[in-house]
Amino acid sequence: MICVTDSLRFRHVVYRNYRVWRKLLLASIVGNLVDPLFWLVGLGFGLGSLLPTVGGMPYLEFLGSGMICYGVMYSASFEALWSAFARLKQQRTWEGILHAPMTITDIVVGEWVWAALKGMLSGIAILAVMTALGLVHGFMALWALPVMLLTGLAFSGIALVITALAKSYDHFVYYFTLFITPMMLVSGVFFPTAQLPRAVQLVAQVLPLSHATRLARGLVLGRPVENAALHVAALALVALLGVILARKLVARRLR
Amino acid sequence: MLTVHGLHKKFGALEVVRGVSFEVSAGECYGLLGPNGAGKTTTLRCCLGLTAPDAGEITLDSLPVPARAREARARVGVVPQFDNLDPDFTVRENLAIFGRYFGLSRSEVAARVPYLLDYAGLTDKADAPIDALSGGMKRRLTIARALVNDPRVLFLDEPTTGLDPQARHVVWERLKRLLGQGRTIILTTHFMDEAQRLCDRVAIMDHGAFIAEAPPHALIEREIEPIVIEAYGDGIHAWFDTHARRLAARAEFSGDTAFCYCRDPEPLLATLTDHPELRVLRRAANLEDVFLKLTGRDLRD
Repeated sequence: MICVTDSLRFRHVVYRNYRVWRKLLLASIVGNLVDPLFWLVGLGFGLGSLLPTVGGMPYLEFLGSGMICYGVMYSASFEALWSAFARLKQQRTWEGILHAPMTITDIVVGEWVWAALKGMLSGIAILAVMTALGLVHGFMALWALPVMLLTGLAFSGIALVITALAKSYDHFVYYFTLFITPMMLVSGVFFPTAQLPRAVQLVAQVLPLSHATRLARGLVLGRPVENAALHVAALALVALLGVILARKLVARRLR
Repeated sequence: MLTVHGLHKKFGALEVVRGVSFEVSAGECYGLLGPNGAGKTTTLRCCLGLTAPDAGEITLDSLPVPARAREARARVGVVPQFDNLDPDFTVRENLAIFGRYFGLSRSEVAARVPYLLDYAGLTDKADAPIDALSGGMKRRLTIARALVNDPRVLFLDEPTTGLDPQARHVVWERLKRLLGQGRTIILTTHFMDEAQRLCDRVAIMDHGAFIAEAPPHALIEREIEPIVIEAYGDGIHAWFDTHARRLAARAEFSGDTAFCYCRDPEPLLATLTDHPELRVLRRAANLEDVFLKLTGRDLRD
């Protein structure tokens, strides 16, 4: 955080977004819980019953631990794209905040942290569903929480860069279609990356979602994680580059 | 309270502020007038540290800007040209959340909100969503929001643009109340009656530079003849060529209406008795006449 902002005032932006979110608390929590439940029940039991084991574990466990990262990515991205863009453009919320003793850094860092927290919330909901279904093995799973936060920061960082560059909401559809969706398919959420052609594997293993799934899967299922430091460093790098670039782009846009 | 010296600002190749200098003292109401694109808003944004100037020195409430803009903005209230009230919140929440951006505690904000609601005349609407407010109510709320930190200086960018006459008068009355409390106001406007009513001093800005600066009445006395005769109708051009050119100190056409500026209007008025077909208005010169004289009648789109 030290290298990104020199002030804790970004917390006021987090608080603002939290207050808005609180108004839709029930819908948000139900959505966060029900959506992954359907996926797990549908795909996990439906598809899982046809499969013996995947990556050396029951399919439901494989899928659930991947879904945690997918849920974090999806929520954090959505918040830092559509919602943040509304505050940047339609609602002029950021412009209003700048009239107080707040800076563009405070706003961008606040949105970055907030979107990551929202992503983390989705991940926690999936973890809770998995726990209820008896899919979680041991207290190592609690270490998945900081991994979720880091994953959220990585995806909200990239998404804020897109938001800062966007002219309209249409741009986000490209981002999802060309980046988020393919990444979801090749990063080991639904099936192991090892099933893919060699060339795709090479690309897939550097994608941020791959680093997240490798970390989360091991922690949630109580298995060793290979190269854990490397995965953490990769996510942290994406997160920091994202927020630093987003800050520069927003400053240029609102000058 | 505010000192601006040698301010320059370019956007790309376009120099929107070209060497602006002025001072505003405590308790004063200072108006920046100018056509669209004159550089008023950019000047204000530079004063607040929201846009970095290319050259020039700005001191706001003894603090150098943009170097210490954050501290300066903590002591200032800002009313922007376009409403940016937070549509995700109610009236009361808008005030409370904005107070948090200033680092005020929950209890400090809670103590201040009733006063601000009362000031805005929105106590009954405290829990209404922003969408339910009229344009005038939104503007009053935006002004009240700018007072959340009890600022000594307020910056208002076109505070009454888009409001109906009733709402404008209410806003003026609220602003006068703030001046009565000893606060300093810096506003931009292109309503001359607004400037004439509120401002102790005005500056007329065009193409990024100041072209005049004085108290409104002094500007009218200095820059323009005291009486204006406006006339239009069939045969106006003939009357204009024979009489107006000769008898008015200055005369010009805007469309098909003749504007004749006079020190002594009687000889010119006498010629009009022979032209009952012309419709005539005699009035005192105002700030708008000065403005049009100095910035021209061409449209600025």
